[in-house]
Amino acid sequence: MVRLKDSLEIRNLAVDVDGRHVLKDVNLMIEKGETHVLLGPNGSGKTTLLLSILGLSRYNIVRGEIIFKGKDITDLPTHERVKMGIGIAFQNPPVIRGVSLGTMLNICMGKKTAEITDEAVKLAKELNFSEDFLTRDVNYGFSGGEIKRSEIMQLIAQQPNFVMLDEPDSGVDIENMELIGRMMGKLLQRDLIPSKREKMGLIITHLATILDYIHADRAHVMLKGKIACSGYPREILAGVRRNGYEGCIRTCQENNNNTNVTNCNYNKV
Amino acid sequence: MSDKYSSNDKKDEDYKEDLLKVGFDIEEKNRAGSYLQVNHSVSVERSNIEDVEILNTVDALKKYDWLEDYWWKAVSPDKDEYTKEAEINQNYGYFIHVKPGAKVDFPIQSCLFISKEGTHQNVHNIIIVEEGAEVHIITGCSALHGVNNAFHIGVSEMYVKKGAKLTFTMIHLWGPEIFVRPRTGVIVEEDGIYVSNYVCMNPVKDLQMSPVTYCGKNATALYQTVLYASEDSKMDVGSVIYLNGENSKTEVISRTVARDNSEAIVRGNIIGKNKGIKGHLECRGLMLSDGAVIHAIPELRAETADADLSHEAAVGKISEEEIEYLMSRGLDKEEAASVIVRGFLNVDIKDLPKQLEEEIQKKIDLSAAGI
Ligand SMILES: Nc1ncnc2c1ncn2[C@@H]1O[C@H](COP(=O)(O)OP(=O)(O)OP(=O)(O)O)[C@@H](O)[C@H]1O
Ligand SMILES: [Mg+2]
Repeated sequence: MVRLKDSLEIRNLAVDVDGRHVLKDVNLMIEKGETHVLLGPNGSGKTTLLLSILGLSRYNIVRGEIIFKGKDITDLPTHERVKMGIGIAFQNPPVIRGVSLGTMLNICMGKKTAEITDEAVKLAKELNFSEDFLTRDVNYGFSGGEIKRSEIMQLIAQQPNFVMLDEPDSGVDIENMELIGRMMGKLLQRDLIPSKREKMGLIITHLATILDYIHADRAHVMLKGKIACSGYPREILAGVRRNGYEGCIRTCQENNNNTNVTNCNYNKV
Repeated sequence: MSDKYSSNDKKDEDYKEDLLKVGFDIEEKNRAGSYLQVNHSVSVERSNIEDVEILNTVDALKKYDWLEDYWWKAVSPDKDEYTKEAEINQNYGYFIHVKPGAKVDFPIQSCLFISKEGTHQNVHNIIIVEEGAEVHIITGCSALHGVNNAFHIGVSEMYVKKGAKLTFTMIHLWGPEIFVRPRTGVIVEEDGIYVSNYVCMNPVKDLQMSPVTYCGKNATALYQTVLYASEDSKMDVGSVIYLNGENSKTEVISRTVARDNSEAIVRGNIIGKNKGIKGHLECRGLMLSDGAVIHAIPELRAETADADLSHEAAVGKISEEEIEYLMSRGLDKEEAASVIVRGFLNVDIKDLPKQLEEEIQKKIDLSAAGI
């Protein structure tokens, strides 16, 4: 089997969380320059998949492998995965008292200082944050929308090759949605022509709005710890709207029967 | 420099570095005045401005009859065996007097230093900040590295008059064999403000203190304490605040890190005795080793119907979730832990001299790095 460079591949992944089988048999392939979206009902295992790719200790990989840039990273500690170019915007990041958002940006940029740097201030401005905001303890008293922007700002400071975003659009107002959409697009090089794109992305979302800003290459629906269907984002989304998440398999079958341009795949859950 | 009392073989110059570590700059850059006592000898007692007088308390008592009205009035000599010892065998201590309305721009520095093996240093200090005056006093207490078996008793009586403000920052840098018993009483009159900052980051054999503050009408008392207990240190540090006057208020914040086989008891006690009083205790502890102990004892006592007193105490280990958050930004586990400890101890102390701030930061970095 050829292992593609600059891609993320997940094979037969099964993950337990605190003794519960949350992910059962996940297969996923994201190639250089591609951005995928991950849909699915609450509790289906989307966040679990992202945090397993990140390698957090609670996520116990019982089977399968994660291959990034041709290397099996299944047993690598988180910070080494990050050094290889994996980055994430968390759904619910923790507060760290006494550690400012400015310090977090420095850490993301690999700088050792606790002072607020010019680059940090410039970045904050781009994300509609005041300089003052950078002195606040990270995530302490941040509003829902501020957390989303702060997470994306940290990713921009970090510039990962593979960007994971866990519901970056939840609870964001219309104006900030525009801003976030634009920043994400830049982060994922969606402003370049496809052949020039190098960054990869995986975005969890419940909303379709994000697809107005990020024209993703592929969408997947997760159901009960498995990827049930995959296909063109518009088709998958239309199907979910029509038949619900559970109905995506049926939708896939319909699509495949009606046309031969679809690329809908499905697995029985 | 006055060497009136200097009976040491060594000069202050020789301790320059040790003194700087507790914020005492013998070159007096940006200081309004200085008091330095080494063992039982007063080595510097000087004010650089007219509105402030600095003397040792033995001479001050001779000079001013009225000082009797402040002597043993905020602390009782019968409080315990240590106050008794200080009454019988006093070895100087400082008298700092700030004239009415004076706004002292630069901090006044003082240092009580132990350089000799077996020293029992019993000082008795008096601070009087007259009506409407404002001052920051930084006091460092320290022992020369390698001194064993020393004993420090420090009685401090502080008087913050009507509308005055005293910021009192105390840095302790003892050693693993030093026994320390400060005994402090603070009387804050109407509209007065007392701000206490206390930092103790180095090992000490046995430290116990519980300064008592009495707040008058509309008076405010703020306490910030940072303790880093390591090795076999025993620290028992608290603050007792009597909200005696109407609308008086207080906030007491402490951060304690304990590791190795140390034991830290952190107390706070607010007693609300009048209308409209308000007080809050915040006590947070971070455990770094199984052999260490943190014992948080917050106490509140309300004696009026409209008292508003609260406390929050939390002791725990470094959160795994916080570690992993930092790891997901590229830090390894140890780096992440040290960033968290640094943040935990990062209480904002205003107006610290740069060197002292750097010194404290360095200590935090060192201790955080040793996890
Ligand atoms: N510590 C745990 N112990 C037991 N079950 C857990 C634990 N952590 C997560 N789970 C379960 O794993 C399942 C998947 O959770 P996950 O957070 O991955 O869902 P999700 O698809 O991201 O949902 P949402 O859309 O609500 O964010 C849920 O049923 C959740 O309750
Ligand atoms: Mg989730």
